[in-house]
Amino acid sequence: METALNELANDPSSRKRFLKAAGGAGAAAALGTLLAACGGGSKKMKTAAAAAPAASKGSPGGDLAIVNYALTLEYLEAQFYADVIASGIVKDPKIASLAKSIAEAEQQHVDALTAAARKLGGTPAAKPKASFQSVIDGGLTKTLQTAAAVENLGAAAYLGQAAKIQNKEILAAALSIHSVEARHAAALNKLTGGNPLPDGAFAKPMAKADVLKAVQPFLTA
Amino acid sequence: MEIQSMTRSAFLARGAVAVGAAYGAGAVAPFVGTALASSTDVDIVNFALTLEYLEAAFYTQAVQKVPGLKGDVLKLAKDLRDNEQQHVSALKATVKQLGGTPVTAPGVDFGGAFKSETTFLKYANTFEDTGVSAYNGAAPAISSPDVLAAAGSIVQVEARHAALIRLQRGVTPAPLAFDKSSDKAAVLAAVKPFIKAAM
Repeated sequence: METALNELANDPSSRKRFLKAAGGAGAAAALGTLLAACGGGSKKMKTAAAAAPAASKGSPGGDLAIVNYALTLEYLEAQFYADVIASGIVKDPKIASLAKSIAEAEQQHVDALTAAARKLGGTPAAKPKASFQSVIDGGLTKTLQTAAAVENLGAAAYLGQAAKIQNKEILAAALSIHSVEARHAAALNKLTGGNPLPDGAFAKPMAKADVLKAVQPFLTA
Repeated sequence: MEIQSMTRSAFLARGAVAVGAAYGAGAVAPFVGTALASSTDVDIVNFALTLEYLEAAFYTQAVQKVPGLKGDVLKLAKDLRDNEQQHVSALKATVKQLGGTPVTAPGVDFGGAFKSETTFLKYANTFEDTGVSAYNGAAPAISSPDVLAAAGSIVQVEARHAALIRLQRGVTPAPLAFDKSSDKAAVLAAVKPFIKAAM
């Protein structure tokens, strides 16, 4: 992590490459997704998790719970990027631009999942109350590390739900977000000096309860 | 969320080309359930297996043929080769578990892909992005939750590959907020130039 970050900070060409690579709207979206996934577990999420113990098959009503779970994670990601931008921790205009594009893409995920919840005849989950101040206070390095961690968590969270989704359109939507999170997880792992392929050839899913536990520190109740 | 392209593909695969062409993808929606049900898990896994054969062969040859490949790029090519070979093994085993017969590896010709590191990475970028869109397009039609979970596990790794190759090229690792899904016909058209024998 330190090595890659130092390289980014000190090597103009490396930094330029990173910015160029991370600057697209897609990259932004992926980043946003990861962070969202990492972000938090609201009381609602905890309730849902407790009420829906791992069902391997799923059910039509289960789709709504899954969509709202994903929506909660995406809300957290969107807030994370918004808070990072608002904090002014990002000085470099190119990184600021990246953060902005990530935030925008994140909003696309929120919008899509909100629409999906309604399409299923349900009520979209409310935006959870969260704070990322402790991350931001930790500095840019900690913020990027958190982004990488959140992206990997997000990818694992989506993977953990895919086989339980009954509605094919919802499944297709979840898959289209899942692989974007994976792209960002790999890119951020690589850029922060981590292993971009931490599970080798086969990515591991994460159960909802574990994901919610991981995002718990960001929730303010 | 290119769901339409996937469903349209499934529909077209049933031979109703004229209807799709005349009325557009929207007209196809009512037939989706039936069309998807017609694709067996064995068919889908064998389709994925063909793609993995191609990718495994691509990186195997790249490691041998790209002049001056070294350092990070050589390591990346080897890592990806090893991953793709593991995918081949896993998918062959899956087809057998489902009671089917795994397809054999296609003959391949990657043309000028290995002329330089630059061309190698460009082709690899195309292969990985195509692989992601192929899995995302095919996965919703999978019946078995276990097979779907396996496909999800693999597509996440393909997406990571795509990001790493793109990063190496200096282009954005994730160009879209929602990754595309491609139907089988589009995927086969994309890889056809590299296949020598008829699929």
